[in-house]
Amino acid sequence: MDIPYTTKARPDTGLFNAKLGIWLFLASEVMLFGALFSSYILLRVGADPDSWPHGLLNIPIGTFNTTVLIASSVTVVLGWAALQMGDFKKYRIYQGITILCALGFLGIKSFEYADKFKHYEVWLKTPITVKHGDKEVTTDRLIGHIDEATFKVKQADGQLVDKTVHNPYFWSTKRLAGSPEEKDASGKVTKAQVPAIESIKFGPDPFHYTMSMKDMAHAKQQAAGHAHETIEIKPADVQRLSAFVPAHSTFFAVYFTLTALHGLHVLGGALVIAYIWGPGAKMWKTDPQRYINRVEVSGLFWHFVDLVWIFLFPVIYLL
Amino acid sequence: MSDAHSHAEIQKHKKIYLLIFGALLVGTFVTVWLNSIHFESFTLTVSIALFVASIKALLVAGFFMHLLSEKKAIYSTLAVTGCFLVVMMFIFIWSRDALPTGGDYFATKYTPLPMTAPAK
Repeated sequence: MDIPYTTKARPDTGLFNAKLGIWLFLASEVMLFGALFSSYILLRVGADPDSWPHGLLNIPIGTFNTTVLIASSVTVVLGWAALQMGDFKKYRIYQGITILCALGFLGIKSFEYADKFKHYEVWLKTPITVKHGDKEVTTDRLIGHIDEATFKVKQADGQLVDKTVHNPYFWSTKRLAGSPEEKDASGKVTKAQVPAIESIKFGPDPFHYTMSMKDMAHAKQQAAGHAHETIEIKPADVQRLSAFVPAHSTFFAVYFTLTALHGLHVLGGALVIAYIWGPGAKMWKTDPQRYINRVEVSGLFWHFVDLVWIFLFPVIYLL
Repeated sequence: MSDAHSHAEIQKHKKIYLLIFGALLVGTFVTVWLNSIHFESFTLTVSIALFVASIKALLVAGFFMHLLSEKKAIYSTLAVTGCFLVVMMFIFIWSRDALPTGGDYFATKYTPLPMTAPAK
């Protein structure tokens, strides 16, 4: 049985069915992202003015990713226009660029995520003074990387040996304290001992939270070329340690929820576009109008994904 | 845009798409540039950022998604969605005063320390 109105417009709506279908789906997506944006506004206005982090995201990378997504949106619509003119070859080129842009966007986002997971904030019990370029700042909160962490590991012969790790991922206050070995009733080890950390060499960027965005930009410029001062921190002096993960703060919880959901949409859209571009392209020979309609419908979804990012970028990266 | 289009018409559309692409790029860089200015008022910063984002969104929806020349069925669907979206956002923001505020989410309540003089 043929599906009706895949190419011809339905007399009552004036649209082919898939088009009305995608718009209804996009309407539901507006509500989904709208709910998350509303939650963000509520959390943001409810937070203390001093407690909302600024400058923790990489604006140049975010800007570049925005242009990548905008470029992919224009190639989608140019690909569709090429098909309308009967130029399948050109469509293939444009949509090929779209797929590359989608992969590029996801690749850059993955790089950004990975960088966040090994970027840390440490809350100290007592303030310290750190130097960076020509500035000196006294602070009890530091942002930076764990350049090196040392701990002792028990060898098979019972001897304790010093070990170091560099730039670890996902550490928290709990990791500093370590945890003892766990055994079940039969004496079998169910969880190996995690050794407590003895010392951390922290490469800080001391400007976050202690300066305005403008002063921070100036201080960073001044400090360019100077190696940052590495600070040795003992776990006993640490009140809290957190990587830039959702548990770090409301800001990062919002950041990861919104950008990951958007990233899934990019992935889904790219898979559909790639299917239509590759194996699904056989339809161009058997039913060209239906194929054009498929391209248009997948394109509408893609533009919506772009549209969401247009709001996400300033709201999350800049404000 | 499901109707058949003449080649001349599509060529005209292609030019418009490229113009919109340029406008979107300019909008992106304007947003980033305005952000680097650091206005004193936070409300002004938010308003400008959202204003530029809205213009960009209208360009994408109007031209790339062809909403400027769509059928009534789509406009009706979007009108209903818009109403529900406004009501939902209103309910969220309305509940603001009923929720706890402040830095309770954090391990420490942060108080900025005074800046020391730059090192000589």
